[in-house]
Amino acid sequence: MNSKEQKRTAPLVAASSSADSSALQATGQSGGGFESALVRRRVSQIVLYALLIIGALIALFPMLWMLSASFMPTGEASTYPPHLIPSRITFTHYRELFTRLNLGRYLFNSTLIAVTVTAVSLVVNSMAGYAFAKLRFRGRDRTFRLLSLGLVLPVQIAMLPLFLLMKNLHLVNTYWGVIIPGMASIFGIFLIRQYALSIPDDMLDAARIDGASELRIYWEVVVPGILPILATLAIWTFLATWNDFMWPLIVLSDEAHYTLPVALANLSGEHVQDTELMMAGSVLTVIPVLAVFLFLQRYYIQGVMAGSVKG
Amino acid sequence: MSATIPPSGAASDELLSEPLPGMLGGLRRRLRWSRDPGARTPADVGMAAWWFLAPALILIFVFFFLPVLASLVLSVTDFDIYAIANPSGTRFVGLANYAKLMHTPEFWQALRNTFYFALVGGPLTITVSLATALLLNARLIRFKSFFRTIYFTPFVTTLVAVAIVWRYLYHARYGLLNYALSRVGVSPIDWLGNPHWAMPAIILLAVWKQFGYNMLIFIAGLQAIPQDLYDAAEIDGAGPVRRFFNVTLPLLGPTMLFVSVITMIGYFQLFSEPYVMTSGGPLRATTSVVLMMYEEGFRWWRMGYAAAIAFVLFIVILIATLIQFRLQKERT
Repeated sequence: MNSKEQKRTAPLVAASSSADSSALQATGQSGGGFESALVRRRVSQIVLYALLIIGALIALFPMLWMLSASFMPTGEASTYPPHLIPSRITFTHYRELFTRLNLGRYLFNSTLIAVTVTAVSLVVNSMAGYAFAKLRFRGRDRTFRLLSLGLVLPVQIAMLPLFLLMKNLHLVNTYWGVIIPGMASIFGIFLIRQYALSIPDDMLDAARIDGASELRIYWEVVVPGILPILATLAIWTFLATWNDFMWPLIVLSDEAHYTLPVALANLSGEHVQDTELMMAGSVLTVIPVLAVFLFLQRYYIQGVMAGSVKG
Repeated sequence: MSATIPPSGAASDELLSEPLPGMLGGLRRRLRWSRDPGARTPADVGMAAWWFLAPALILIFVFFFLPVLASLVLSVTDFDIYAIANPSGTRFVGLANYAKLMHTPEFWQALRNTFYFALVGGPLTITVSLATALLLNARLIRFKSFFRTIYFTPFVTTLVAVAIVWRYLYHARYGLLNYALSRVGVSPIDWLGNPHWAMPAIILLAVWKQFGYNMLIFIAGLQAIPQDLYDAAEIDGAGPVRRFFNVTLPLLGPTMLFVSVITMIGYFQLFSEPYVMTSGGPLRATTSVVLMMYEEGFRWWRMGYAAAIAFVLFIVILIATLIQFRLQKERT
């Protein structure tokens, strides 16, 4: 009887990819048999899903509340007991942000800076990453080791002299003051190099024999070959630049140049009581990065997983 | 230049056919976009490589490495607000800034706060990350990528924005956290107004914000563990708990090291959360080393002194990283 049950279990387990090893173990050892194993599997499945759903609620709750509070009439987010859903939906706070508080300007600044940094850094980092991966030259390993030292240096150490340097270059309080330090990144070069290592040498040599210039090889052979990692790096750079706070806070002193996070931190000091207004501002800051992430997450998540484990 | 090893057979043929063309000739050929009947030597390729590297290396050197070195120099001077207008008045003061730091209780407090944040928040983040990674790796579960996306979402959000959101969630009177706690009989906590609770509150936000990233890396690490090892452990009669400690955890070693080092380096740089949520208070309970550096350097313009703070932070991070590597080595 028991052996018959096990025989019946085996193909089922093999067929269903979701069969858990503990369930397998239960059927294998106990005399309890097929049904009790199935019940146990069911129970552990329910427990796992419950945990997952609770976790998902915790992960999403602050953002859902932010969204909900941004539509509440003034004062409703500061009531007791707290309201989760607006009693009446209003767009007043969004309107006030754009008309009186210049949010459109900050949105423009953030977009301009993030897009420029992303575009330039893609070219700069991919050229360097490709050179480290595929071109032979004297001092390659030494240069690469020197660069990797930079990964353990916290960026904050550089900020004081960098500010003085920017001041001498008259770049304080300009877009370039934020853009230039972001144009090359050691992390980006490492990410590209790791990926470019897999380009077959034969392909590059064949192009060389055909007489293609090195620049042309880069543009027509290498770039198409590393597109997926370029997508990853683009998303990563865009999000990091958009979210960056400390350096823009330091180098931008005039409100007209503020990025969204800097403007938001500034606003939250003046409007600490206006919960709903602040939530609307937070929504507008977060929505663009969330959109980019949700649409392109395939590239982003793959990149995080690949870049970290192998690198 | 000519000593460079040819990359392949084809290249060495080129070397024979055209020995050592001038560097200028190579450069001219490379800059021409069209088909080029001439051969290319390894030296040419080497020159091309430096052209490819030049923009990145110049940018990184001028805007990162140079400032880091300058920071070391700055930290042994009395560079302050007057020096910004007239740098020639700056004097070399040796280790005076460092000596002053050692006698400043606020600095020790900032260092303690930073260690508190990193040593409690770091392991907590890693535990939560590993737990969710295991949960998402369970074979009984479907909709994995859906849940993975949800868990990863906090990581991509703008820190300043979510810090503002959490500041309201932590509100002593109207905050939803206190409301939820009141339902289970806990009396209200003044999260951000009480020196004992402010840092735990910031840690909680940091865990929520960061765990998704580490979770992804753990998932990749878990997927790399061969299934036969689990099967073998199972045949030996190991239950789920023993399988976790005897198979999963040891094989996650390198991943664990990477995650710990990355998390710790990031957490030692705590700045935005206290800047936005508490301004370092109450009673400086959340003033981190970087926040103190920012205030000394960019609010009071004591840049020499602030540079010394930055360097102490660097030394701390370096030592902590080395300790982690050593611990990992001993374990294996």
